[in-house]
Amino acid sequence: MNLRRDAFQAIADPTRRAILLLLASQSLSAGAIAASFDTARPTVSKHLQILTECELLKQEQTGREIYYHLNPSRMKEIADFIEPFRQMWDDRFNKLETILKERQANPPKDPR
Amino acid sequence: MELKTKIHAEDGQQDLVITRDFDVPRALLFTAYTDPEIIAQWMGTRVLKLESKRHGSWQFETTDAQGNVVFRAGGVIHEFIPDQKITRTFEMENTPFGPQLEFLEFEALPNDTSRLRMHIVYRSVAQRNQQLQLPFAKGLNMAHNRLEDVVRPLK
Repeated sequence: MNLRRDAFQAIADPTRRAILLLLASQSLSAGAIAASFDTARPTVSKHLQILTECELLKQEQTGREIYYHLNPSRMKEIADFIEPFRQMWDDRFNKLETILKERQANPPKDPR
Repeated sequence: MELKTKIHAEDGQQDLVITRDFDVPRALLFTAYTDPEIIAQWMGTRVLKLESKRHGSWQFETTDAQGNVVFRAGGVIHEFIPDQKITRTFEMENTPFGPQLEFLEFEALPNDTSRLRMHIVYRSVAQRNQQLQLPFAKGLNMAHNRLEDVVRPLK
C-alpha cells in the first residue's frame, strides 16, 4: 500500500490543484467532479483518493453519493509553509515604513 | 485582518510575487531603493555602490563589529524609471543561491499611499523553494541560539 500523507506532494499535480480550486466554493459529488474534467473517471477517482489520504479533502456520504469538501485546517498548513518568508518581508517593510514616515515628518534640511 | 505584505508563490513555478502597501507617497517609497542612507537604515547594510540608471550596477555590504564581511550582495540594473520601475539582478556573494531577476514596480494609490510589487524570478523551482524555506531554517537557528544563550548560564 502506498502511504501518501505529504500534502505538498498532493498539490504538486495540476489536476489535483484544479480539484481543490473547484471545491473551494462548494461541496461536490465524485460524479460532478469527474464531469468537470476531460480526464477518465477512474483517473479523477484516483486523484480524489490521494487528496483524501492526504486529508486535504473530506468525504461525506449523502444517500448513494459521496460528497467531497475541503479540509480547511490542512489547507492552512500549506499556506503556513511560506508564512516565515512572508513574516520576514513584513518585518522588513514595517521597519521601512516607519523610517519613511519619519522622513516625511522631518525632511532632511539640505535636499539632495 | 487584511495582511499588508502578501506573497504569491505558485506551486511548480520558479518565481514569486511580493506585494506591500505603504502609508507614504510613491516618490518617498521609491527612495527606499535609491537613497543610500535609507537603504542602510532599512536593510541594515552599507551601500558600496549604487548607480541608479540603465546599465548601472550596485553593491551592498554588511560587516560585523570586528570588521568581517558577513553579507555582500550585488547586481546590475537593466531598467530604471524614476518613481515607477526598477529591473535589476540580485546575487548574494559566497552563497550557492545564484543570481535572481527582480522587477520592482511602484504604484501610486489614493490618499498619498503607494504599493510596491516585487516579482522575483529564480533559476529553478528548487532554488525558489529553497529561498522560501530559508527564513524558516534561519528562524529555527535563531530560536536554537537563543535557547543556548538561556541554557548556557545554567550549566
